[in-house]
Amino acid sequence: MAKGLTWTIDDADHMTQAEIYGEVLTKLGYEYKNLVALTADLAGSTKIGRFQKDFPDRFFNVGIAEMNLFGMASGMAASGLLPVVSTFAAFAALRCAEHVRTDVCYQKRNVKIIATHSGTSFGQAGTTHHCTEDLAVMRAMSGMTVIAPADAYETARAVVAAMEWDGPVYIRIGRSFEPPLHKNMDSFDFEIGKAIKLREGTDITVIATGRTVPGAVEAAEMAANEGLSVKVLDLHTIKPIDVEAIMEAVMETRRIITVEDHNVYSGMGSAVADVIAASGKGCVLKKLGLQDEFSIVGYPDDLLHYYKMDADGIVEAIGQVMKMDFEADEDWEDEI
Amino acid sequence: MALKPAELKKLKQTALRIREQIVEVTYTCGGAHIGGAMSQTDIMVALYYKFMKFDPKKPLLPTRDRFILSKGHGGVGHAVILGDLGFFDQKELADFNKTGSPFGMHLDWLKVKGVDASTGSLGHGLSIGIGMSMAARLQNKKYHTYVVVGDGELHGGPNWEAIMAAAHFKVTNMTTFVDRNKLCIDGPTEEIMGVEPLKEKFESFGWKAVEIDGHDFDQIADAIEQSHKEKDKPFVIIANTIKGKGIDFMEGLAKWHYAGLDEEMKKQALASLRRMYKNG
Repeated sequence: MAKGLTWTIDDADHMTQAEIYGEVLTKLGYEYKNLVALTADLAGSTKIGRFQKDFPDRFFNVGIAEMNLFGMASGMAASGLLPVVSTFAAFAALRCAEHVRTDVCYQKRNVKIIATHSGTSFGQAGTTHHCTEDLAVMRAMSGMTVIAPADAYETARAVVAAMEWDGPVYIRIGRSFEPPLHKNMDSFDFEIGKAIKLREGTDITVIATGRTVPGAVEAAEMAANEGLSVKVLDLHTIKPIDVEAIMEAVMETRRIITVEDHNVYSGMGSAVADVIAASGKGCVLKKLGLQDEFSIVGYPDDLLHYYKMDADGIVEAIGQVMKMDFEADEDWEDEI
Repeated sequence: MALKPAELKKLKQTALRIREQIVEVTYTCGGAHIGGAMSQTDIMVALYYKFMKFDPKKPLLPTRDRFILSKGHGGVGHAVILGDLGFFDQKELADFNKTGSPFGMHLDWLKVKGVDASTGSLGHGLSIGIGMSMAARLQNKKYHTYVVVGDGELHGGPNWEAIMAAAHFKVTNMTTFVDRNKLCIDGPTEEIMGVEPLKEKFESFGWKAVEIDGHDFDQIADAIEQSHKEKDKPFVIIANTIKGKGIDFMEGLAKWHYAGLDEEMKKQALASLRRMYKNG
């Protein structure tokens, strides 16, 4: 059971990340008397509305006005409350980015943001309701912690951990139903800033985040059938990043593929690249995600496939990276 | 109710002192938002020296009244008042604008004691103020929140999101001032982007609005007292002011939005202020 909790949720197999988030937040409402929930006409869609049922006086819907949403949250955080704000990622990270920066991060206000419908998870809604830039925007904000949980159980743990975490936190979750990665809420260790090692391997490492993680595990299994040993890291925290886990992957496999439902520019893959470049150690890095393009309309799972962020796409990338013979023509050991 | 003559005299003397200090800081720091600092001064002197409850030695006291200068470029005027009240040593203002100084054009609550919200980017203060006011209500705290917005600031959408929300949530433990000096950086508000009819706009958004002379302490005090009594609607005081108020060669001119002063201009500015106060 997660630290300090007197309850758990173990029946989330049929729940989306957002549904379990709504349940967890409501339970946390009984423990944190100063917890208040805010949204911008997306109480139902983000599932933060679940909190309203139990705590109508501590729930505030500001209408479709995201700038005011974050300003109010900042004022509440400045005055003894613990605001949790939910809206779609496209609106939290883009529409009112300056309010998140100036009112929350710059002023060091303890506001927790749970952004739903991130990446391309709101498939049929198209680019205006997708968000493939939020990791880039949020990791550039000083003081912001950025988390992309892989499934509903991880979402539950991330929300719980965020309550005790000092400072603003941005948690990006999807809309669609993702197959559970974990058995239940307590079947894995979750710590902000610590990647979860899902599979050991020696040939190549796949580092995935958010809803691409289950596909990475599946890809590793498929590659194993071809005789490849694939290490898989669930990098749920993009900032602060787990340098140790990434460097372990660099040293053990020297081939890394990152997978994120996000533009490959400035997202998780770029954060991993920063770590590798700063280390001075040689490593091939291939970044899967949207290749600097706006997303098409489609079913969420189809979009994972279309952008090669699913098991098939990852297996294809593994094949490409394994074919690179960069080790053949150089004295690799001398390079690192 | 009109202020007693002694109290009125004291407020005027304080306002003169604050305006003189704004001129001094503008001179020493190389440049400041002096025009808007002068227009807001009487409103802020009334709040800080008559109405607001606070303790300069305990700047984060939970029961203190909150003040947000949403038109954050008035920071030089706010800093001078906070220094005058003893939130910090006034001598620190000699470093205003200097590299590494806690004091820049726009004040940061993490660096300057007495500041309740870091402002500068316009269109943020009202929302923060609503959050503070609603937090007070939820936690049964009695503090009152005061927000000063600029008139040019009201061009921006986030203010109207906040104005709509304040009425919806019936935020009555907050008093808002519009420093209606009628000028933004590029010229008159009504030429750049008209904000009138401002009173009617607020009223149509569900606010109680009054319009006053923002340099008349009797009218300012009376409006604040009215706002405390209002229990149904959020309350805005549209304070008609003069940009650069008290400095004859600056009054009503957009070019003094931000400017530096040389020795001669400083002398003239101080002389102008003393003439104005001599005449009452």
